[in-house]
Amino acid sequence: MTRPLLSVEALEKRFTLHLQGGLEIPVLDGLGFSVRPGECVVLAGASGVGKSTVLKLVYGSYKASAGRVLVSHEGAPVDLVSADPRTVLDVRRRTLGYVSQFLRVVPRVAAIDVVAEPLVTLGMPREEARERAGTLLDRLAIPERLFSLPPATFSGGEQQRVNIARGFAHPYPVLLLDEPTASLDARNRATVVQLIEEAKARGAAMVGIFHDEDVREAVATRLVDLTAERMAA
Amino acid sequence: MSETPLLRVEGLAKRYGALKAVDGVSFDLWPGEVLAVVGESGSGKSTLLGCVAGLAESDAGSISYDSRHDGIVDLRALSEARRRWLLRTEWGYVHQNPRDGLRLGITAGGNIGERLMAVGARHYGRIREEAQEWLERVEIEAPRIDHLPRTFSGGMQQRLQIARNLVSRPRLIFMDEPTGGLDVSVQARLLDLMRTLVTELQLSVIIVTHDLAVARLLSHRMMVMQRGRVVEAGLTDQILDDPQHSYSQLLVASILQG
Amino acid sequence: MSAATNIDGGGTLAGYNFAYLDEQTKRMIRRALLKAVAIPGYQVPFASRDMPLPYGWGTGGIQVTAACIGQEDVLKVIDQGADDTTNAVSIRRFFATTAGVATTERTVEASIIQTRHRIPEKPLTEGQILVYQVPIPEPLRFLEPRERETRKLHALADYGVMHVRLYEDIARLGRIATSYSYPVLVNDRYVMSPSPIPKFDNPKMHMNPALQLFGAGREKRIYAIPPFTKVVSLDFEDHPFEIQKWDEPCAICGATGSYLDEVVTDDAGNRMFCCSDTDHCAERVAAGEGPGAGESR
Repeated sequence: MTRPLLSVEALEKRFTLHLQGGLEIPVLDGLGFSVRPGECVVLAGASGVGKSTVLKLVYGSYKASAGRVLVSHEGAPVDLVSADPRTVLDVRRRTLGYVSQFLRVVPRVAAIDVVAEPLVTLGMPREEARERAGTLLDRLAIPERLFSLPPATFSGGEQQRVNIARGFAHPYPVLLLDEPTASLDARNRATVVQLIEEAKARGAAMVGIFHDEDVREAVATRLVDLTAERMAA
Repeated sequence: MSETPLLRVEGLAKRYGALKAVDGVSFDLWPGEVLAVVGESGSGKSTLLGCVAGLAESDAGSISYDSRHDGIVDLRALSEARRRWLLRTEWGYVHQNPRDGLRLGITAGGNIGERLMAVGARHYGRIREEAQEWLERVEIEAPRIDHLPRTFSGGMQQRLQIARNLVSRPRLIFMDEPTGGLDVSVQARLLDLMRTLVTELQLSVIIVTHDLAVARLLSHRMMVMQRGRVVEAGLTDQILDDPQHSYSQLLVASILQG
Repeated sequence: MSAATNIDGGGTLAGYNFAYLDEQTKRMIRRALLKAVAIPGYQVPFASRDMPLPYGWGTGGIQVTAACIGQEDVLKVIDQGADDTTNAVSIRRFFATTAGVATTERTVEASIIQTRHRIPEKPLTEGQILVYQVPIPEPLRFLEPRERETRKLHALADYGVMHVRLYEDIARLGRIATSYSYPVLVNDRYVMSPSPIPKFDNPKMHMNPALQLFGAGREKRIYAIPPFTKVVSLDFEDHPFEIQKWDEPCAICGATGSYLDEVVTDDAGNRMFCCSDTDHCAERVAAGEGPGAGESR
């Protein structure tokens, strides 16, 4: 069997709220799973069990209290929990993508450049990057007349699709998907499912949260039930 | 990834009498990286910036910089002549108040051209062309090249200050609350412009700000300062989304709403 | 000499030292002069004395002259090129009275020439000293009001701002409009203000065989250009340094290569152009030159 591209080992997370007298909130205790190329692991469990927290811990937006997050980066495993910020940034640039539900927009950048940016950062000529961005936006049913407008003025659904296009623009080996299909119509949901299938086919390792059961059924290679994981720990 | 940091600061300290304004600060800055230094006023962040840029003397520690021509130099031991040379060739310094960073009695074109002339440019036509190009990049209309900056709005003055700094193609920019005195709408435009220029020109930046939204938009990494010390340092999104230190939590809780 | 009644046996004014200043003061000034000569274009601070004439009338030049002059010297003083203006006459008389030296209006005869606003047209020779009266010695003052900072800029040869000044001229007026006090670079090192001489005279400073000394009394600065020193007027490649030109020759002597003053001749507004250097003009007329004759035709 191929080696996993992402391994989460004995991951722990407690929030310490200093402003509330040092109140400790345990969220995760000893979570472990791994994802191989071509897999899409879906995090399951009741709302509030900490599914988004896991994605944020893997991406590094949250700081793990203990444990390891090993990502295969340029052929070697890197532990994102202990890596220095510069390494984490490099892993995020090249290896680890993140698609959230919400687009954090920069005020005046055109939609097509928002999507093309990760590619340009990696050195792709701007025109080529825009072309690829255009194709993706087109697949996600963003009309071409909107390409040159900043997404700040778009509807919520349009912003979400711009964000998905941005997340899929570069073929990241590892992708985190935080409810990418929430509030999309059937047609666009189908497109996202297709994008995920294509990513699987090229050997990407994915971890996702999907509320929509149809989508979950369609893309999940297997489930990791966080409720069970917490009990087991 | 490059193997040497552009700037390495170790154990930097600066006192004002009994007050430890900067108390043992260490950090690395890598090429193309934007580092935000945040904290409330009096936390020592502006003093730190001044000490690193050599505008103020520091009392202890070391600052080494990987210069284009001389390799790694110790900034604290560098002669003032060399330091000034760096300041007008490889560095830029964007002041909070444009009055400190511009010559208000000199035309916009002269302000931009000064650095070029300071390093030996002697062709009026080419200096002017370059000034024109930079005005365009910072979104100031071409005819204003011969206007005095004192006739400009605050946002325009700040953009002119940025152009004046970037014309010599620096690698390292120091920014002290660059959006400080501006209206929110003007701020957004300036931030967007800075973000674009930083990416396009692969600039390394140290930006001092009390505005966490500015830090989130521009920076890769962040240092939180309190009473002259760095209490937390790390990825910008990690510090803003999951602050660890009680002071960072206080800052995030009091400034970022939603 | 009209002041003869006041003059003692030695030929100078009773109760005053030779050339007015006491010897200690002269030594102090000479030390400053030596330093200035050793560092061409560098402004040396000196303890400028109160002189018996107001600031702006040449107090700096007079002190430099007083520190240099000896009994054998022959002094010429010009103001705007003329020997017969009030200021020139007074200063000449001042030294005739306090030092008893010979004076002249002829450039060739003078060993020391004190000047305000001009360099004589006749080329100077080795052994002559040209003393300039300087109102504002600091060429960077235009852009930098802080003395501490201008000194630092000189020390570091950080002269970008000088070209900013010229840039501003071209941007506003289409050409370098600075026509006097036109900044120069001395000996490839110090940027210097040549005092308010017209830029027409700037090229004469370059490689001049005479010693050029500059005294600023109010600002308490002395600087110098030793003989045969490189002096370059600042400019741009595409806006090179140029001197003033006139469409007509001097109305009196017919000279075409000299600096001309515009003189209004009557109430009807008629005017003529004639040499500002009166000695040069008179010499040419004496030699038979004029608008109708000679080289200039």
